[in-house]
Amino acid sequence: MPGSGLRIDVRKRLGDFELAVALDLPLSGITSVFGPSGAGKSTLLRLIAGFERPDEGTIRLGSAVFCDTGAGLFLPPRRRQVGHVFQDANLFAHLTVAGNLAYAERRAGRRSQVIAREEVTEALGLAPLFGRKPLTLSGGERQRVAIGRALLTGPDLLLFDEPLSALDRDRTAAILPLLADMPARFGIPAIHVSHDIDEVARLADRVVLLDQGRVRDEGPAARVLTRHGLEPGTGLQERGVVLEGVVAGHDPAFDLMQVRIDGTLVRLPVARSRPDGTPVRVRIAARDVALSLHPPEGLSVRNALPGLIAGIRSIDGTAFADVQVRLQEQDIVARITRAAVADLLLQPGLAVFVLIKSASLSA
Amino acid sequence: MTLPDLSSLWLTAHLAAVTTAILLCLGTPLAWWLAASKSRVRPVVEAVVALPLVLPPTVLGFYLLIAMNPGAPLGGFWLSVTGETLTFSFAGLVVASVLYSLPFMVQPLQAAFALVPRGAMEAAAGLGASPLDAFFTVAAPLASRGFLSAIVLTFAHTLGEFGVVLMVGGNIPDRTRVVSIAIYEHVETLRYAEANALAAILLAVSFAVLVFVYAYNRRLAVHAG
Repeated sequence: MPGSGLRIDVRKRLGDFELAVALDLPLSGITSVFGPSGAGKSTLLRLIAGFERPDEGTIRLGSAVFCDTGAGLFLPPRRRQVGHVFQDANLFAHLTVAGNLAYAERRAGRRSQVIAREEVTEALGLAPLFGRKPLTLSGGERQRVAIGRALLTGPDLLLFDEPLSALDRDRTAAILPLLADMPARFGIPAIHVSHDIDEVARLADRVVLLDQGRVRDEGPAARVLTRHGLEPGTGLQERGVVLEGVVAGHDPAFDLMQVRIDGTLVRLPVARSRPDGTPVRVRIAARDVALSLHPPEGLSVRNALPGLIAGIRSIDGTAFADVQVRLQEQDIVARITRAAVADLLLQPGLAVFVLIKSASLSA
Repeated sequence: MTLPDLSSLWLTAHLAAVTTAILLCLGTPLAWWLAASKSRVRPVVEAVVALPLVLPPTVLGFYLLIAMNPGAPLGGFWLSVTGETLTFSFAGLVVASVLYSLPFMVQPLQAAFALVPRGAMEAAAGLGASPLDAFFTVAAPLASRGFLSAIVLTFAHTLGEFGVVLMVGGNIPDRTRVVSIAIYEHVETLRYAEANALAAILLAVSFAVLVFVYAYNRRLAVHAG
C-alpha cells in the first residue's frame, strides 16, 4: 500500500467515558489493540470501520481520508476498503456459506485489490461448507467463513474484533493460526482487538495498550508487553498484574500512601503524593506475592487481601506454579513453589489471603 | 347465490388486494423507521399507527367522511384532479382501508425489523452494500416471516371491515358494497340464505388463509434451521 499507515487522531465521548486517541500506525502484519474491558478498544475499532462517528478528529488510511470532522468529511463504512471479522461472525443467516462469500465478491468490484475465491477457499478449508447455512456451523467454522468473506472484499485493512472470544479453547487453537497467517499470506495488514493477553501475544506484531480511553503505550509487541508485565507466562519471565485502586489516605510519618484495592487498604511507598480519590494502578509482580491460609500476624508484610483461588497453573519444567486469586473484582497472580501448593492443599475455590510486600510496590 | 353477491365478493377481494399493495409500499419504510428510530416523535407516530385498533370504526369513518367531503381540502383536491368525489367511491374505500388496516401492516413488520441483528446490517455495510441494498438483500429476507404475517393480516383484516366502509362508502352495488355490507343488507332484509352463503365464504377464506400462514411459518422456521 503506497503512503501506507493508519493515522488516527480522534475524540469520542460516550456518557462518562471519553476516548481520546492519537496514533500513527505503520501497518504491517497484525497490530493488536489490547486493554481491559471498557478501555475503548471496540469503540476505536468501530470508529475505524465507520460504524461510529468521532466527536472530532481525523482518520486516514494511506491516502484515503476516512473521516475529517474539521472538513466535514465522513466516509460511510461501505466506502472504506476495510474487511471485518466480528466477534460473533455476523454471517447472513438466510444465505448459505457460498451465498455469504458471493455477497462479498459481488460488492468488491470497485475495491482496489482482487483476491481469488479459490485461494481464500483453499486457505481456510471452506469448500466442504459451501452448501451449509450459518446456523448449522460450529463457532470455529463460522469464523473461518467470516474471515473468508472479509478477505473477498479485497480490503486494504482487516479488522478483527475479539474474533476468538465466542469460541471454546479447542476452536480457538484451530482459528488462531489462521488469523495469524492471513495478513501475511494475502498481504493485508490487520488491526486486532482483544482483552486476552495470550491471544495478543500469539498474534501481535505490534501492540497498542489502551486504558480508560487513552493510549498508554504503543510499539513492537514484545517490548510493550514486557514493559507492562503482561508476558503471558510460560517459563520464568516476569509475570504480573496491574491492579486498579483509589488513593485513600497518606501516612506522612512513614512515607506511606494508602490505596483501596477491591475494598482492602494496601500501603505502599509514596512515590509522589496524590489527592484522596485519585484512581491509581499498582503493578504487582507474581513473584512478590505470597499466599496464606490465615490472616497474617507478626509478619513484616503489611498488605493482606482476602480472595478466592480461581486457578492454579504449574509451570512445566520448573519448581513453580502460578496461582490466580480473585479479589473482589480483580485478579492477582502469585508465583509460589509447586511444593507450597501441595503442602497447603491449595485448590480452586479455597479462601486465602494474598500477601504483598509494600517494598515491592509502586503506583 | 345471486350475481350481485359475486360482485361484492370480487369488490372485496379487489379492495383488499389494492389496500395491501399500497400499505406494503407505505408501511415498510414507516415500520423500518419505527424499528430503528430513537426520535422523540416516535411514540407519537406509534400511537397514531395503533389508533385504528382502539377507535370505533365509526369514529375513523366519520372524520374520513368529513375530510373527503368535496368542500374539504382533501375531497376538493381529489374532485379537481379526477372529476369524481372521494366519498362513496372505490378510491374513497381504498383511502379509508389503508388507514384502517395500517397497524396490521406496520406492527408485524416493525417487530420483525427490530429482530434483524444490527451486526448483520453492519456486516453488509462493511462488505460494500448501500443502505437500500442491505435492506433488500439482508433485512428483508431476514424479516420474511414478518412480511408474510403483515401481508396476510392486512389482507384478511381488510376483507372483514365494515364500519369504516359503511361510513365512507355507503352501500352502492359494484362500487362500494363489499361482502360485510352485503351480509348486513341480506340480514336486514331477512334473506338469511344469501347472508349465510357470503358469511360462510368469508369464514372459509379467512380460516384457510390463517392455516396457510401458520403452516408456512413453521416450514420457514424449519428451513432456517
